[in-house]
Amino acid sequence: MDFSFTEEQEMLRDQAREWLARYDTDRIAELAESDEGWDASSWSELAELGWTGVSIPEEQGGVGLGFVEQAVILEELGRALYPGPFASTMNALPALEGERLEQVAAGEARWSLSLNGDGLVPDLAAVDHVAVADEEGIWAVTGFEVEALPTMDTTRRLGRLSGGERELLVGAVDAPLVVAQMRMHAQGSNAVEAVGIAQKVMELSVEYASTREQFGRPLGVYQAVSHPLADTYIETELSRSLAYWAAWSIAESDEQAPVAAAAAKAYATESAVLACERAIQIHGGIGFTWEHVLHRYYKRAQWLAAYGGFPAVYRRAIARSLLAPAAALA
Amino acid sequence: MDLRDNPEEAAFRAEVRAWLDENLPDEQRGGRRSFDDDSREWSRKVYDAGYAGLTWPKEFGGAGAPYSHQAILFEEWSRYEAPQHMGVIGIGMAGPTIIAHGTDEQKTRYLSKILSSEAIWCQGFSEPGAGSDLAGLRTRADLNGDHFVVNGQKVWSSFAHIADWCILVTRSDPDSEKHAGMTYMVVDMHSPGVEVRPLRQITGEAEFNEIFFTDVKVPVENVLGEVGQGWAVAMTTLLHERGTLGFALTARLEVEIRKLVALARQRDVDDPVILDGIAREWIELQALKYTNYRALTRLMKTGIPGPEGSGIKLNWSEANQRVTKLALEILGPDSQVMNGELGGYWQFNQLRSRGNTIEAGTSEILRNIVAERVLGLPRSR
Repeated sequence: MDFSFTEEQEMLRDQAREWLARYDTDRIAELAESDEGWDASSWSELAELGWTGVSIPEEQGGVGLGFVEQAVILEELGRALYPGPFASTMNALPALEGERLEQVAAGEARWSLSLNGDGLVPDLAAVDHVAVADEEGIWAVTGFEVEALPTMDTTRRLGRLSGGERELLVGAVDAPLVVAQMRMHAQGSNAVEAVGIAQKVMELSVEYASTREQFGRPLGVYQAVSHPLADTYIETELSRSLAYWAAWSIAESDEQAPVAAAAAKAYATESAVLACERAIQIHGGIGFTWEHVLHRYYKRAQWLAAYGGFPAVYRRAIARSLLAPAAALA
Repeated sequence: MDLRDNPEEAAFRAEVRAWLDENLPDEQRGGRRSFDDDSREWSRKVYDAGYAGLTWPKEFGGAGAPYSHQAILFEEWSRYEAPQHMGVIGIGMAGPTIIAHGTDEQKTRYLSKILSSEAIWCQGFSEPGAGSDLAGLRTRADLNGDHFVVNGQKVWSSFAHIADWCILVTRSDPDSEKHAGMTYMVVDMHSPGVEVRPLRQITGEAEFNEIFFTDVKVPVENVLGEVGQGWAVAMTTLLHERGTLGFALTARLEVEIRKLVALARQRDVDDPVILDGIAREWIELQALKYTNYRALTRLMKTGIPGPEGSGIKLNWSEANQRVTKLALEILGPDSQVMNGELGGYWQFNQLRSRGNTIEAGTSEILRNIVAERVLGLPRSR
């Protein structure tokens, strides 16, 4: 039993954090309020860094690592509130093979996905391909028209797709399995991104509570302030454990992977929303302003909690399988 | 990263399970624990199998095994719902403190009998006036030639009614305050002037005791560490109390949730609020379990417990309170009748769970520790 990252994985995390340092509060605000919502020029850099191909086999021009390394990057992107379609592209990978994977690894194709029957496509305006699932299979849609939706989180905008050319990616027989894979990957990436967000808002809160003074003392001496932060710390660590368990299970195709991903998504996204709410409360008035970055984290956390269904939806599924006559869950 | 047992861990787990199958009769498993039972026989079996003091160094009679074995042992014991080990205070707290601070003579004298449970130990830390604020303790130890004279009262002491020895923290300098002037000593519970009275809890059982010390003579050679340095020694004991405990707690919660799911199934529960609660607690259990694994990995690699495990006891205690209450809700109005199903198992455990957020560090103290020592927030006191 070894539940830790390797030295290489820690180096990848350091590299990610260093590259992402460019997304400071001002830059995030600038991008969030721009027409495009992100800096498309960053994509070729992500490809050069090997991130777009991190989990793609070397034969397809990828780095040949797995979901754990992808999760490390996603956590850091969440922490930095990176506004590009990285998670969307990665979540479409289970439906792709051959040349399509090569294009992603090379940074030549950006993907999103539409699986949930709600027609809401993440990052639609920022991608050129969408994997769309219906009864006949999973389709690659290109050349589509974008209806941009006024999304709360302007760093991850939703859109509705219409028109375009379709090409079959996965036939009707295999589609349900692949859709389940994509959903599971999305839940895993929602969870690790949520961990990055919770960690960041906790750090901002600790800093604020250590320096901001009221009644002549720093806020952090008051237990009404410090105890909710202790809860955020503990919940973030528990989220981390679930998210990494899910990432490892997905990477290893462990039989527990589906339930691990569902559990991680439910717990980590809910905890991240709570972490943001506590952070806003602890920051007081300034935390409620448009100027402060907290609302952007809060909106992303809510986006992650909502995507594919709020946590209660996943808990309902878990409860059902726990109570099923032949429950397979440990 | 590999979350499976490695071959050596898997072999140890299989060995422990085979041993439990062989040595733990069905009638001794499960149910609620009664603290009147003297399970010395079970403790002796554990010792004979070499499972007592698994991580203790070999020179002191331990197995010198890695922490992962301790974790596996705790997990399997809890899953099998084995009886409690009589030596938990001795093995988990007194022994490690003696190993860290004792003289060679003290080690020879006390350690082997701790492992074999020939000697039962209890803890004398909390006082009626010193709970979370342990440094406020007032039990006096006055030096008189070759011995101390101890006077005072301790409380919340498990096993004191059958204990042979007590690890006792006293104030040896009457003019001292707070952390200074304390002395940590080992007291023979059979000494004249030691009186133990059971303390009945809200469950109706007396799991803990009060200990009264009246002019009890304690030889100076029973002092652990230096006279006046008792606070530092006491911190060693508390560090061990909160050490690999997480595994035992989480495994107990796993058993509890298994029983909760069985109850829900048997009662055909379809109330969405209850179902949501069950899933929530199952997820919380996985979160605690995998956090233990992360903490264990860090402990094995660095020898020092990392901060990630500092919330396990806190969240476990709150989860246990919610789980036992959910069970009562599933039972419905019948839950108020103690002699119902499982002999009042859920009723007892629900009431007992209220102590979980108080014992071994109140939740308030644990949140202070996380806030100040992990997050580095300014001290509240």
